[in-house]
Amino acid sequence: MQVGIGLPNTLEGADRELLLTWARRADEGPFTSLGVFDRLLYRSTEPLSTLAVCAGVTEEIRLATSIVAGPLRNDALLAKEAATIDALSGGRLTLGLALGARRDDYEAAGVDYGSRGRRFSRQLSELRSYWEDDEMGPEPVQDGGPQLLVGGDSDPTFQRVGRYADGYIHGGGPPRAFEKQANQARAAWQESGRPGGPDLWGHGYVALGEEAAERGREYLLDYYAFTGPFAERIAEGLLTTPQEVLQCIRGYADAGCDELILFPTVADEEQYDRLETVIENEWG
Amino acid sequence: MEIAVVGGGPGGLYASLLLKKEHPDWEITVYERDPVDNTYGWGVVFSDATLSNLREADTESHERITDAFVRWDPIDVHYDDERFRCGGHGFAGIMRADLLGILQDRCREVGVNLRHEVAIDDPEELAAEVDLLIGADGLNSTVREHYEDGFKPSVEMGNAKFAWFGTEKPFDVFTFVFRENEHGLWRVHAYPGRKSTFIVECTEETWRNAGMDEKDEETALAYFEELFSDHLEGHALESKLYAWRNFPVVSCRTWSLGDDVALVGDAAHTAHFSIGSGTKLAMEDAIAVLEGVREHGTDGGAALNWYEKERRPRVEGLQEAAERSQRYFENVERYWHLEPRRFAFNLLTRSGRISYESLKVRDVEFADEYDRWFQHALAANPGTDAVPVAAKPPLFQPLELRELTVENRLTLTRPPAHSASDGTPSESYLEGLAEQGERGPGLVLTDPVAVSPEGRISPGTPGLYEETHADVWGDLVADLRDGTDAAVGVQLFHAGRRGSMRPRAHGLDRPLPAEEGWELFAPSAKSYTPGGRTPTAMDGDDCERIREAFVRSAELAEAAGFDYVQLHAGHGYLLSSFLSPLTNERDDEYGGDLETRARYPLSVFDAVREAWPDEKPLGTALQATDWNLSGLKTSDSRRVAEMLADRECDLLSVVAGQATFKERPRYDPTVLADFTEAFRNEVQIPVLSTNYVTTYDEVNTLVGAGRADLCTFSR
Repeated sequence: MQVGIGLPNTLEGADRELLLTWARRADEGPFTSLGVFDRLLYRSTEPLSTLAVCAGVTEEIRLATSIVAGPLRNDALLAKEAATIDALSGGRLTLGLALGARRDDYEAAGVDYGSRGRRFSRQLSELRSYWEDDEMGPEPVQDGGPQLLVGGDSDPTFQRVGRYADGYIHGGGPPRAFEKQANQARAAWQESGRPGGPDLWGHGYVALGEEAAERGREYLLDYYAFTGPFAERIAEGLLTTPQEVLQCIRGYADAGCDELILFPTVADEEQYDRLETVIENEWG
Repeated sequence: MEIAVVGGGPGGLYASLLLKKEHPDWEITVYERDPVDNTYGWGVVFSDATLSNLREADTESHERITDAFVRWDPIDVHYDDERFRCGGHGFAGIMRADLLGILQDRCREVGVNLRHEVAIDDPEELAAEVDLLIGADGLNSTVREHYEDGFKPSVEMGNAKFAWFGTEKPFDVFTFVFRENEHGLWRVHAYPGRKSTFIVECTEETWRNAGMDEKDEETALAYFEELFSDHLEGHALESKLYAWRNFPVVSCRTWSLGDDVALVGDAAHTAHFSIGSGTKLAMEDAIAVLEGVREHGTDGGAALNWYEKERRPRVEGLQEAAERSQRYFENVERYWHLEPRRFAFNLLTRSGRISYESLKVRDVEFADEYDRWFQHALAANPGTDAVPVAAKPPLFQPLELRELTVENRLTLTRPPAHSASDGTPSESYLEGLAEQGERGPGLVLTDPVAVSPEGRISPGTPGLYEETHADVWGDLVADLRDGTDAAVGVQLFHAGRRGSMRPRAHGLDRPLPAEEGWELFAPSAKSYTPGGRTPTAMDGDDCERIREAFVRSAELAEAAGFDYVQLHAGHGYLLSSFLSPLTNERDDEYGGDLETRARYPLSVFDAVREAWPDEKPLGTALQATDWNLSGLKTSDSRRVAEMLADRECDLLSVVAGQATFKERPRYDPTVLADFTEAFRNEVQIPVLSTNYVTTYDEVNTLVGAGRADLCTFSR
């Protein structure tokens, strides 16, 4: 299993300086991917353009939208944006897509919320067509288009994984939760008769140190406030000590995860340092 | 802090006790509708005897409860007159009334206010007066119903009928009795206690046949005293609230609302009585509420969230197992033809929580005896009457299909790399299959191999329609024959309207560009994907030609030396699209009701059977469901399975979904195993399970229990 790091693109205080430093440093290792979150009505930067900027200052690291709300976006424009990042980054884009649960984001984008599931399936199919046919350029560097991951936990999600995607991206939680859904993704893949198996990605939230833990918790409660009481449960899962981080990493590795992206919840280079130390010394 | 608890059952009392003990200054009141000495209910069982968390939470009550416990270890299964005993399960039981007595005493000792014979009809009014309202008012919770919009409960009724009785007859262990009489098959769940608990369960049909809907209490008791006289040994049955019920499975979207209302126990979630854990769940809920309070103090919302976060995964895990157990008991008739010992094994492993391996751990003698019996009674060529001294597990027992002996129950395959050219399988695919053979399976099975060029999915789909193909496959078969004991099977198919697609590496059913594609054939002219290529509706000649292609492929399979042929009639490929009403709109002899829609696929089966050597088995992969309300349903495909069984189809491999682009599949990793076992036992046909199985233990459990005869293994 490889470990990636999340960019602070939804955190307060993440300016150009911090984002680019973060990206440049991650490119040197030990992290293997850069993740970004997607939220429209929030004080965050747009994920795809953030990755595009980071693509310019990095050479090797994978650039992952983890996760972007697909149906919030126009199919052709999304296809073109993704193909562009993939082409200009030398084939480093991983496009993680899911439905997105923020009704207000949909309203702000002027996109119907209720029909997003149906449109999402079509979008996944269309993206492939745009990337594989010659109608639209640029041609992605990766064969068949950027690596495409689908997230979510409903039955249609796994159907989409089997039918359209290259893999499954889990929304976060303890390793046991990941394992359960990874198995569903594998079973769906097998039932659809696709060769090989799905790539499996996971998520974790990190805030190392007592003071950071409190701020991280507040951030998660705010970011996930729209989920009601569930926000508390997400905040409970915050990894606040090196031991917790390692336990989580090992659990995910044992469950067959291919790439686990750890998202710091405090935009602070010190947080980066601490996480890097844990990964460098104890993993990678 | 002021807390009101609605419901004076074990969950409510225990939560009150624990919270009051920790916070003596809190004001806690329990409101119970029934009188204090109500002895409604019989015994309750704790399926896990250790219950160490009860001790930790409150030592005094733990001591008194465990003093009153009756403990036992084994489970007895009575199949009519045969009995099987399996040990190592560790149960503890107590009379519900005794448990309540202990908890009431403890509550009084620590200063909880117990108010019996007070019905709370308006929980909201009460909630307004206190800081926290706990709904512990059981299955028919008023609190849950009152705050329905918040908790969003769902209640699903089981379809079996059951009634609780008690008896003075001492049962010494958990006892399941299955007995058939002129009215149907009855199941009894009996367990020890100061008085024994005796639950009778049956299907609604049996219940009506026996006239239970009209019998009064006295006649009903007499009926069962007579029916189970050998088990009751002259003791009478008693009942407290005589009633026949259907089991309701309760689940809720959330168990707490803000920081002021929470549900515990049956009010929040129920689990079928056959797994015996309702009381245990309620008391563990109470402990988790306490722990939430410990973590978050008086921040009620956070504490309740903590409770739910802690409990939900455990409760849901148990509910899933309980649901499987419930489904088992609702469908016992399906397993009644199993040999008694296998029936018992199937019963013990029903919920998925006990596997073959864990039976070995619990009761090695039982498990070893099972292996010996399996080898002697079920494996091919027993040879001798003597039961072996030692035997291999079910996985390693051979299976006879006509004159083919499959050496063990493992089937391996390898999804194609779609790298064939003009139907000739690629080196790497063949090497991969050969490698699978070296892993020691009983059967190596190819993925779908096309019977004609137009029957391919993509240009890379392997085929078996030219002499040269037969040569290449023949080399593989010879190779496997040389180095392994594996039987080698080929799966033949025609993709129908799912043909002419791009390779599957980048997704399913993405049509090839027009200039690279080919003409498609299907029962009706409907494309698979919106905007996809429209197939030609097959005329009589096409039907004949494609049937001949199947026959010709089977002949080539014989030339190549394959041991087994499996026709693919699932996943929306040609044969299944005749079966499905969604894709067959014909009005000739091949379209209409299910019988006529099945005619063409069956004619292909017959023609292939005719051409394929008598001594070699012929199987079919069949669609269990289209996952579409207007599509092929499980009852339909079971009917098709019966028709195949009538034709002596040797093996059925059950698949699901992909009949059409529009479907609502269920991706629960056990769903295919559920279909498979139902078909196997209802139609009584050997089955190859395509379920997602990754451990030998799962194979042993599925095969041992008679849920599958062969299992495809994935890793």
